[in-house]
Amino acid sequence: MSTTLLFAILLVIAAVAYVLGRMRAGTLSQGRSSALHSRPNYYGAFVALVAFLPPLILVAIWLAVSPFVINSAVSDTFPEEVKGQSQAQQSLAFGMVKTIARGLPLLSEEEVRAVKQDPSSLQSVFAGKGFAVAAEAQSYMLDSAATLNAKSQTSRTVLAALALALSAAGAFFALRVVTPRFRARNQVERVMLWALLLASSIAILTTVGIVASMLTEALRFFSAVPAYEFFFGTVWDPRFAGAGASSSGQFGLIPLLAGTLYIGFVAMLVAVPVGLFAAIYMAEYASPRMRSLAKPLLEVLAGIPTIVYGFFALVTVGPFLRDLSAQMSGLLTGNYASFIQAQSVITAGIVMGIMLIPYVSSLSDDIITAVPRALRDGSLGLGATRSETIKRVILPAALPGIVGALLMTASRAIGETMIVVLAAGVAARMQINPFEPMTTVTVKIVNQLTGDLEFTSPQTLVAFALGITLFCITLALNIYALYIVRKYREQYE
Amino acid sequence: MNIMTEAATEELLEKKMNAVPLKMVGKDVSVYYGDKRALYDVNLNVRENTVTALIGPSGCGKSTFLRTLNRMNDTIDGCRVTGSITLDGDDVYDPSIDVVELRARVGMVFQKPNPFPKTIYENVAYGPRIHGLAKSKADLDLVVEHSLQKAGLWNEVKDRLQEGGTGLSGGQQQRLCIARAVAVSPEVILMDEPCSALDPIATAKVEELIHELRANFTIVIVTHSMQQAARVSQRTAMFHLGNLVEENDTDKMFTNPDDQRTQDYIMGRFG
Repeated sequence: MSTTLLFAILLVIAAVAYVLGRMRAGTLSQGRSSALHSRPNYYGAFVALVAFLPPLILVAIWLAVSPFVINSAVSDTFPEEVKGQSQAQQSLAFGMVKTIARGLPLLSEEEVRAVKQDPSSLQSVFAGKGFAVAAEAQSYMLDSAATLNAKSQTSRTVLAALALALSAAGAFFALRVVTPRFRARNQVERVMLWALLLASSIAILTTVGIVASMLTEALRFFSAVPAYEFFFGTVWDPRFAGAGASSSGQFGLIPLLAGTLYIGFVAMLVAVPVGLFAAIYMAEYASPRMRSLAKPLLEVLAGIPTIVYGFFALVTVGPFLRDLSAQMSGLLTGNYASFIQAQSVITAGIVMGIMLIPYVSSLSDDIITAVPRALRDGSLGLGATRSETIKRVILPAALPGIVGALLMTASRAIGETMIVVLAAGVAARMQINPFEPMTTVTVKIVNQLTGDLEFTSPQTLVAFALGITLFCITLALNIYALYIVRKYREQYE
Repeated sequence: MNIMTEAATEELLEKKMNAVPLKMVGKDVSVYYGDKRALYDVNLNVRENTVTALIGPSGCGKSTFLRTLNRMNDTIDGCRVTGSITLDGDDVYDPSIDVVELRARVGMVFQKPNPFPKTIYENVAYGPRIHGLAKSKADLDLVVEHSLQKAGLWNEVKDRLQEGGTGLSGGQQQRLCIARAVAVSPEVILMDEPCSALDPIATAKVEELIHELRANFTIVIVTHSMQQAARVSQRTAMFHLGNLVEENDTDKMFTNPDDQRTQDYIMGRFG
């Protein structure tokens, strides 16, 4: 019985259990719903849950555990000479067995017999059925595949039987438990509580898992390259493995970090004033019609994929700045040499700033609108103008929220990749001229992980060290944002 | 004979009251919120150095009328005012009038205490600062001190002027808002149910304060509490369904009103 069918049957049982539970509650109360502790729906839901959840958990555990049991049983059927081989070859052989096992049901009995006589024909027979096998089979593989199929079949049958029995037993037990004073509502709500708890713990555990996996890889990197060379190194030159005698290269974080912060800074320089002013206009001055028109338009900017901004930088902004600088230097010195390169910090910063405008304006707009009307009225009632009210009352009151929004925006700027790749290049350089290319941490992560590299070399593993560094920076930014928000809130509320 | 005397006294009183000059005059004031009409041709005068109470059931238009006096309704989208309101003879809705200047002359205290998220000092100094009323820091200190004294709050807060205004109790916050309004030296102070969010003790303090402020300011107060209107005001205006029902001396209003509806409302038959 397939898992899908099993689920369907369990669902049907649960539905029946629901109806039975309701009916039982109805019979017990003899139609007077006031005699019941909970509404009849809750009794139904309770019975359905008891009939459905335990088998569900059983199926989940079974599906997680049974492959290991079956696999080890199948591996035991391998001949001795295969068992003596290396781990990698064994798992290769096992992969073959699994593929064959999937293909076997497609063959007729004669074909199976024929293939057993001549295992080398298996590839062509399977190919005739439209089923590809990677390598030539050996005769023991056919037997093992048959065993695998048989064991999986047994496992599924046993699982189905157990699950259905558990479900029926659960429904029966739950129906017995139902009495008029039974607190079905509380029980159902407790199950809901657990479901909510499960959902939130999945989110948290995922985060923990991501950090842990990054951390282990990063630690492997740090065992190859000393931490101080990574954190305080001023040269980024990872070299590809085997390129020379000192194949380890240099992994200095500083140039990347400088590039990240520099480009992020330029981006914020563009995004913060424009975004904040736009937010103030939207929240305080714009008529409702204007607001309903302009706000969605502004937020369209937020929906554009960053790679598109990258194109924009590459084909429009970069060349424009380059030509502009050429014209300017031509007018000033007579030498038409551009001092802004097409790929530069300023190009990336400006385009990233444009990308961030909607974030700044949308977040700040919400925060400014949330300032109580009473404060506005109070200030206007004292004879302050609108702009005085905004400067002296509304912005100070909204400041903690705005600072939080800006820090959130900053962590976006730090994490941005595509725009930088296209607009600022991939050259890890340490310099302060905004008209020259630089690159960022995220770009280098992508760089180090793409291509045919061994996954154990420091050249690849450095990506995880960079990742965890970036993670720590954004985490610190967020914590700082929270701290500021709390501090001001104490003062202002 | 007795009736005659009473009528005579009344006449005398009326004369005396009429001798008080009119600070603000509302003539045929109507207010619309979009298509909805909230006020119907209200004619109401505000006398100088007098506390005028506006009473009436919820939604009768008393707050709306109050807010027309310093054009706070301008901040509401779709609000339209017709008729005329004058302050010392000048139409406040005249296009040449600077609404900001008007609100400096006609200050406002709101229903819910709304101190700014600043220090107590900064709250009071806010108005004088934006209007440039103080020449120096010492000047400003003096304005703040006097305003807080006038609002009866000085003794309670003089040692913590640099603490947040929002940290005060509700009653103190409201008196801070009154001090804030007083600091601008307005001629008229509008109060929109200033005590509705306060406990009885804080209310008593604010009422006492209103009594004292009357010497220097003209006060218009909207209140839900008839007792409060009787305690603090000299003139009372009764609104109902957007109409001005009756305007009279407070004493007369609460003892012998001209209009049946006023009587019913005061007796608690509706509202």
